[in-house]
Amino acid sequence: MQGTNPPTATGGAPLLSLRGIDKSFGPVQVLHGVDLDVRAGEVTALVGDNGAGKSTLVKCIAGIYTTDAGEYFFEGRRVQVHGPRDTAELGIEVVYQDLALCDNLDIVQNMFLGREEKKGVLLDEPTMEEMARQTLASLSVRTVRSVRQLVSSLSGGQRQTVAIAKAVLWNSKVVLLDEPTAALGVAQTRQVLDLVRRLADNGLGVVLISHNLNDVFEVADNITALYLGRAAATVRTKDVTSSQVVELITAGRSGDMGIIDTSATAAV
Amino acid sequence: MSATPDSPTRNGDVAATAAKGPQDESARIAELARATASGGSPMAQPAEEPTFGEGIRAYITRLKGGDIGALPAALGLVVLFVLFAALRPDTFLTPINIANLMVQASSIIVLAMGLTFVLLLGDIDLSAGVAGGASAAVMALVMNDAGLGWYLSIPAALLTGLAFGTLIGMFVARVGIPSFVVTLAFFLGIQGITLWLIGEGGTIPVRDQVVVNIANGNVPVGLGWVFAVLAAAAYALITLGRWNSQRRRGLNRDNFILVVLRVVGVAVVLLGLTAVLSQNRARVPGIELAGVPYSVPIIGVLLVLLSIVLGRTAYGRHVYAVGGNAEAARRAGINVTRIRISVFMIGSTLAAFSGIIEASRLNSVAPGSGGGNTLLLGVGAAVIGGTSLFGGKGKVTNAVIGGLVIATITNGLGLMGQRAFVNFLVTGAVLLLAAAVDAISRRRRASASS
Ligand SMILES: Nc1ncnc2c1ncn2[C@@H]1O[C@H](COP(=O)(O)OP(=O)(O)O)[C@@H](O)[C@H]1O
Ligand SMILES: [Mg+2]
Repeated sequence: MQGTNPPTATGGAPLLSLRGIDKSFGPVQVLHGVDLDVRAGEVTALVGDNGAGKSTLVKCIAGIYTTDAGEYFFEGRRVQVHGPRDTAELGIEVVYQDLALCDNLDIVQNMFLGREEKKGVLLDEPTMEEMARQTLASLSVRTVRSVRQLVSSLSGGQRQTVAIAKAVLWNSKVVLLDEPTAALGVAQTRQVLDLVRRLADNGLGVVLISHNLNDVFEVADNITALYLGRAAATVRTKDVTSSQVVELITAGRSGDMGIIDTSATAAV
Repeated sequence: MSATPDSPTRNGDVAATAAKGPQDESARIAELARATASGGSPMAQPAEEPTFGEGIRAYITRLKGGDIGALPAALGLVVLFVLFAALRPDTFLTPINIANLMVQASSIIVLAMGLTFVLLLGDIDLSAGVAGGASAAVMALVMNDAGLGWYLSIPAALLTGLAFGTLIGMFVARVGIPSFVVTLAFFLGIQGITLWLIGEGGTIPVRDQVVVNIANGNVPVGLGWVFAVLAAAAYALITLGRWNSQRRRGLNRDNFILVVLRVVGVAVVLLGLTAVLSQNRARVPGIELAGVPYSVPIIGVLLVLLSIVLGRTAYGRHVYAVGGNAEAARRAGINVTRIRISVFMIGSTLAAFSGIIEASRLNSVAPGSGGGNTLLLGVGAAVIGGTSLFGGKGKVTNAVIGGLVIATITNGLGLMGQRAFVNFLVTGAVLLLAAAVDAISRRRRASASS
């Protein structure tokens, strides 16, 4: 199942880099010195057991949570992020696990929420509708009939599509997707994975969180495994087997990869 | 510690999803295959205009999906009109009664317009009625005791409402107390303020001619016609212009015949109402009493302004977003706290305006002004009109239609000589019915999304 993607040139400077990220909720430390690199044109899979801290890491990247320690680099520059608006300005978009769409608004309204196009004080609906349609067309979305449908009338896969289209509408450079296929059927999963691969092929840096290793091996170029809030290892997909990744997820190490001294974590 | 990644359960989930809707899934795959065969995304082509039949069917689908809006209220209004016209043929449909009905409805409608903003966030303002009473008391005192004209006393009343709303909003959005509790406290406290301002058993007369005219004066007949024709023409121009630009740019739009029907409908209502209210309705021969009551164009202006705010500005969009999914709004960078405070500010300011209209209608302000069932009629008007108590769904138009329903019930039962208790019972039952329709259609909307 490996190597379905053409090898991508590596060694290029990462678009987004995190170094030594710590994050605690009260007395509970959820992230311990996490490093992560995201490169343009590549899909980086973030894997880990339930509660490993994947969603927390994504929210730290998005600026929803402030980090306790660590450095945040974007396009080689050290940046400070204070909220979702800052990261959106950098060109980082997130598709959340719980999607965060407003059921009572239509597709266009959701895609432009918080960043509406205006003519004077009034909304410029025609422009927004055109841009939404162009984005969906550029992603070759075929399952959505009308962009003026209420989101409440969409299926799970269509919602996921809208959430992804919303993320790429803004000429974003990095898109993070938190378990985008977890609630989907077979055909819908297929569509979303195709979409994820297309984003990277269009030159974006993509982070895909998934529990499904088949999905990961199909679309990802790199895999970063989180184990109890630590980045156990970052590997090229084509260099590892599925069972090695399972070991990294469940034990934090596999052979000479991963956290060498697990006794510290085991004591937690 | 769990030792296995949960991809097996994940697959289980997938299987469960597939099992839940097999026809659904295969239909979607078939659709996908068709779209692929015909080449490319439907988004790449310009949107087509739906046929008349498609437009009607889309509307029916929306209704079935629980998106019923003001339809029950509009039908209810027609039924009530037919019913009372049949039961009281020589009084109900007379110009004088229609004029009375409009004036009786106007304070309820304005109150309901303000409550619409609050309800859109899923919040409630139990103090809106008495806030209107207290604001009217401030207006009356500024006119009578300070001897200042309407141009200062009306703004003073509106600012009083704004101040109440700001305080309520702060307690709800910043301190985090549920709006039900905050506004219950204000409901009691504000009645104390009114009582303190007016004094036990007192009444303050309202004599300023401008204020009295709000509910008791009429627009000169000729001017009324000019306004009505201009309003109908402006609506037609804007609506058809928007439709045409949607057509040129290949955007989603309604069927043209349906758009024309809507334009004609608005014109018929505007001109018909003007025709009825332009007739001489004086009971005494030799006296001329004709023209549209001032409160009608006032409601009209508020309806247009507030509809633009909610439907065509980013602020309005954010109000709907916070009401629909506050967390999604927050992640979209919307300042949820500020939106929440603002709806209480708008709600209480419009409540103050409603209090001014009521003071004008009664020519006085009393300690009990805005108490009693005032608030419930306002909430009832909004909810009967189709605004949801659960937030995220509602329009200013709904407040107008709902307010007319409530005023028609009160007016019609009054003409039939029914005692007050019947009015309470019927209005209560209608409110309960509307809330039930709201709850059931909400459940339908939830189950419509798979
Ligand atoms: N807001 C929060 N407050 C307290 N603990 C949290 C919060 N969010 C997540 N956690 C804890 O952090 C850990 C990691 O959670 P999460 O990032 O959601 O894991 P994953 O997405 O990898 O399944 C879990 O133990 C969870 O209970
Ligand atoms: Mg998670």
